[in-house]
Amino acid sequence: MLENGALENGLENGDGLENGDASENGDASENGDASENGDASTRRAAVAVADRLAVTGRRSGRGLDRGFRYLAVTSGVLIVMVLAAVAIFLVVQAWPALRAGRSVSDEVGWIPDGSSVLEAVGPLVFGTVLAALVALAVAVPVAIGIALFISHYAPRRLASALGYLVDLLAAIPSVVYGLWGVMVLAPLLHPVFSWLVRWLGWIPLFAGDSAGNASNPPRVLMTASLVLAVMILPIITAVCREVFLTTPTLHEEAALALGATRWEMIRMAVLPYGRSGIVSASMLGLGRALGETMAVLMVLSPGMLYSLKMLVGSQQQTIAANIAAKFNDASPMGHSALIATGLALFVITMMVNMAARAIVARRKDFSGAN
Amino acid sequence: MSQRIEAKDLNIYYGSFLAVAGVTMSIEPRSVTALIGPSGCGKSTFLRTLNRMHEVIPGARVEGTVDIDGVDLYAPGVDPVAVRRQVGMVFQRPNPFPTMSIAENVLAGVRLNNRRINKSDAADLVEQSLRAANLWNEVKDRLDRPGSGLSGGQQQRLCIARAVAVRPRVLLMDEPCSALDPISTLAIEDLVAELKSSYTIIIVTHNMQQAARVSDRTGFFNLEEAGQPGRLVEIDDTATIFSTPGKQATEDYISGRFG
Ligand SMILES: Nc1ncnc2c1ncn2[C@@H]1O[C@H](COP(=O)(O)OP(=O)(O)O)[C@@H](O)[C@H]1O
Ligand SMILES: [Mg+2]
Repeated sequence: MLENGALENGLENGDGLENGDASENGDASENGDASENGDASTRRAAVAVADRLAVTGRRSGRGLDRGFRYLAVTSGVLIVMVLAAVAIFLVVQAWPALRAGRSVSDEVGWIPDGSSVLEAVGPLVFGTVLAALVALAVAVPVAIGIALFISHYAPRRLASALGYLVDLLAAIPSVVYGLWGVMVLAPLLHPVFSWLVRWLGWIPLFAGDSAGNASNPPRVLMTASLVLAVMILPIITAVCREVFLTTPTLHEEAALALGATRWEMIRMAVLPYGRSGIVSASMLGLGRALGETMAVLMVLSPGMLYSLKMLVGSQQQTIAANIAAKFNDASPMGHSALIATGLALFVITMMVNMAARAIVARRKDFSGAN
Repeated sequence: MSQRIEAKDLNIYYGSFLAVAGVTMSIEPRSVTALIGPSGCGKSTFLRTLNRMHEVIPGARVEGTVDIDGVDLYAPGVDPVAVRRQVGMVFQRPNPFPTMSIAENVLAGVRLNNRRINKSDAADLVEQSLRAANLWNEVKDRLDRPGSGLSGGQQQRLCIARAVAVRPRVLLMDEPCSALDPISTLAIEDLVAELKSSYTIIIVTHNMQQAARVSDRTGFFNLEEAGQPGRLVEIDDTATIFSTPGKQATEDYISGRFG
């Protein structure tokens, strides 16, 4: 969706170049809806071209411009079509399970008896979102810290070495993260989790099991979230670093010249300037955490509860891991039910992206983009 | 509030490149000193040594001393951050913080020193500083709008307001009008004349009429050839520099016979 946004902007910009007269100009701001966008711009493009040929005759040098615009419009339309195709596929495939109502639980093992798909998907959505949010809450501050260190504190050579290392983290396959989570991270975490349950157990997230203990081995949602946090760290760090590096020297010097220390300069100039970049980076990370399958599948001992207990096993499960775990042995109705959960994941991811856009757009005036 | 500045034997480097050599000058309090010279001769570089902004550039360093009120800015133990709070700076391109409103921009420096300034003091200070920068009447109805929405000249005056809000002793201006239209330029020049009563001002300009209009004293920097360090050729009363300069190079430059 983020790429899609860039393309839409591209389209609008393309129009901007064309703004010969006021009527076109007015149009340009109407591009609200993505699906309409392609069509409308195509028509507008045709009109604009005809206009120009007839009235001004400025033909030369515009060929490339026009070619590029058709390319941009085509890709925009294509993306919308792919999205629509995916959505339609999901709905069509999910339909039998959705229509079956409560009887679906007779045919599909993982759906609790007497539940419909919609009722069963609730805990999965809950588990998915909880795991991803906790991962994000852990990863974002760390990523911002590393990115700032690389962009504004580390000597140049250390900075590039560190940047390279972080990028390498992104190259590790998620299966390997899963193995590492189970075999290395989990044993290390158990004492920490016991401590958390003991002293901070009154916080629902850190509550223990019925005996007041943390699960051992800790194949719990917190472990999965921490693995996810490590997995999304590189992308968030990389995007933040790039954004921080593009802070205009002008603004940094403005802060320094006022007598800001380096940290104050970062707070006055770098972070506010990078705010929308940080949000975008977080959403990229959140998207990845929501959809991550393998690592969760390997680390987490699943359950189907609405439970906040992150240090106890067999409580939650994520949509993606559940699909991967159940798909192979599923009946046709089971496939349909799993696809329905996939549809839910798709909707969540879309909503995350839309929310991100709204956040970025809210203070556009103050973004430094103008 | 304003203080005498003495620079002695300043050599200014970017890495191993000596950009400006052997500058010695003394600047009286409550005066306007203009620095002129061909581009690339090191006016900006020199100016940035007066508030220790030069060293912000990686590898950049300074030899020599700059005394303000008898204290050497480059003595060991002097905190550059403290220096910059005393010596304000206005840059060539207006650079209000785009993420802050007009009022927040004015208060940006003040908040660094004194986080808990109360609302009415803050409002007073905003008004006072914007008035000092001749901007109040134009922006008083939209103090909470972003500073980046103003015109270039207004943005530059906003930057001046931001700089004076922290009550520095010295104000450095690096070609503050070079990105502005003639009317905004006049507004800034008038402002410089007013600010002179409270601040020691050093202004770099490539516009000799401007130097003649606003300054009490004028320093001429020159560059013998590319790759050589820039040097201060002479500094004298503005009237003298523009009528009977001491050096041939100065006369050539101001009469346009430069080359
Ligand atoms: N950031 C920098 N790094 C390296 N050299 C620089 C830098 N800034 C300026 N210089 C060099 O220092 C010399 C003086 O530049 P500057 O002070 O900007 O001149 P002026 O302001 O008089 O036009 C020039 O030779 C310029 O190339
Ligand atoms: Mg300059």
